[in-house]
Amino acid sequence: MMRLFATLLAGLMVLGQLAAAQSGPLRIEITEGVIEPLPYAVPDFVAEDGGAKDYGAQLARVIAEDLNGTGLFREIPAKAHISQITNFASPVQFADWKAVNAQALVTGAVSVSGNNLEVKFRVYDVFAGQELGNGLRFKGTTEGWRRMAHKVADAVYSRITGEGGYFDSRVVFVSETGPKNDRKKRLAIMDYDGAGLQYLTDSSTIVLAPRFSPKGDKVLYTSYETGFPRVFILDVGSVKRRALEDQDGTMSFAPRFSPDGKSVLMSITQGGNTDIYRMDISSGRQTQLTNSPGIDTAPSYSPDGSKIVFESDRSGNQQLYVMSAKGGEPTRISFGQGRYGTPVWSPRGDLIAFTKQNKGRFHIGVMRTDGSEERLLTASFLDEGPTWAPNGRVIMFTRETQGAKGSSSLYSVDVSGRNLKKIRLNGGASDPSWSPLQ
Amino acid sequence: MSGFTKAALLMAGLALSACSNNGLLTGDGSNGAAGAGDFVAGSPDDPTSIAYFQQTVGDRVLFLVDQSTLTEEGRSLLLSQANWLLENTSFTAVIEGHADEQGTREYNLALGARRANAVQEFLVSRGVAANRLRTVSFGKERPLEICSAEACYAQNRRAVTILTSGLSS
Repeated sequence: MMRLFATLLAGLMVLGQLAAAQSGPLRIEITEGVIEPLPYAVPDFVAEDGGAKDYGAQLARVIAEDLNGTGLFREIPAKAHISQITNFASPVQFADWKAVNAQALVTGAVSVSGNNLEVKFRVYDVFAGQELGNGLRFKGTTEGWRRMAHKVADAVYSRITGEGGYFDSRVVFVSETGPKNDRKKRLAIMDYDGAGLQYLTDSSTIVLAPRFSPKGDKVLYTSYETGFPRVFILDVGSVKRRALEDQDGTMSFAPRFSPDGKSVLMSITQGGNTDIYRMDISSGRQTQLTNSPGIDTAPSYSPDGSKIVFESDRSGNQQLYVMSAKGGEPTRISFGQGRYGTPVWSPRGDLIAFTKQNKGRFHIGVMRTDGSEERLLTASFLDEGPTWAPNGRVIMFTRETQGAKGSSSLYSVDVSGRNLKKIRLNGGASDPSWSPLQ
Repeated sequence: MSGFTKAALLMAGLALSACSNNGLLTGDGSNGAAGAGDFVAGSPDDPTSIAYFQQTVGDRVLFLVDQSTLTEEGRSLLLSQANWLLENTSFTAVIEGHADEQGTREYNLALGARRANAVQEFLVSRGVAANRLRTVSFGKERPLEICSAEACYAQNRRAVTILTSGLSS
């Protein structure tokens, strides 16, 4: 399929991984860097039996929220529609959709049998008068209907942008309640859009910075359960947990999985000195990777597992470094003003997201993996801890507000710097980690 | 390590229940998260008490922004701490290192560890047995003061010596 939105992507991506812009029947016009979202319609999915009635509308709503939430799509509301989709198999009246300027149209149908839900859908390029890709069918449970909607939205997003989707994904994070000096923290997991919240730990001890495994089935995090900060590993399904590291006189934190999920990078502090170690999960064997008298922390693997980016204050203040996954002499990659921390390698391998502190403000930014083309995406009193969407196009992070009543929330922003928004959640939240696509 | 931790937690639990009976719980919750510091044990008039250590000797030192070097004032207070610990040998201590909120979470954990370590090293250099001291960092997780201004930050960049008493070993 042609990359219909090549023009849009070239503008958004900054990275130029795509070939030169191609013209196609569907396109988002970019004028002076401002993106005109693509108008589209997603009428309620056709209920093919009595039990499916409620789902038809709900599926369409979640799909629309996913697409609208990207900032790349603009929904033509149902009240403006001329045609109604009452039969999934009937030919689409393109003239009716052209008349309301819907450039893309998503139609679908849903049927229910017992606890099983079946969803099918088609995407149309209205002005070309043809289908975009082939119709698809997903089967699942009625309980998992939101995931089915996310899967449809991922397929629509992917077909129209040529990029991988990210809607059928989850986020593990720290749920926060209480005042700043007595904050209760517990691990929680949710769908990427804030739905389906579940807690993984209670609030009896401080927990920090959970990180998903490459398959999304396990979580590494730091807990004060033993009285001292220790890296723990938790199974998302059973919620069983164990300390990975329990050496007397040390503390461990800032864990992250290797791309194959078999080992863990973490910081271990001994006698006030913090270095980065790799630990094989099954054997527990540790290998020291850095050996500077400074603070070496926040390690993150490149997606191919060959390199590690981390922060170190060996130069006098926090800066970003890249080293071989085996350790050895690192190369400094950050040289701008201020301090750089919490680097995270993009799942696409092209960029590193980071937190920057400069002149009393915090920023989330991205740079190429050699440190060039630094761009700051946000600015506030306190932004920190970026995590990448599975397609490497969106970043989620923690924003904390100022003052005695300050509290934390999760925000997301496009890698372009556009479409900054708060994740809807009750209560405070920090330290997000985005799962792979499920 | 578990022996030490369990003993400390046990002591915290015992003392806490004692406190709720006789009202010795301090209102300011000043020492942060470790538990043992959230109450005053004994009378401040008793120079061998935790209360005396906290109020008269002084249980904490403060640090400059992003620093773990002890100030002159800090060194002088720690000298008193060391002398007190040398006199009162039944006490062990956990030194808690803390940072203000102006920093990323992981870095601040490591910075708090450096601060706690600076205190531990000083006390050991003055003769306190190393096996009586442990360190822990809370990074920016347990600020004492909650305003977002230097007046509060200065109080939060601290290392607090939290005593545990009654361990005769």
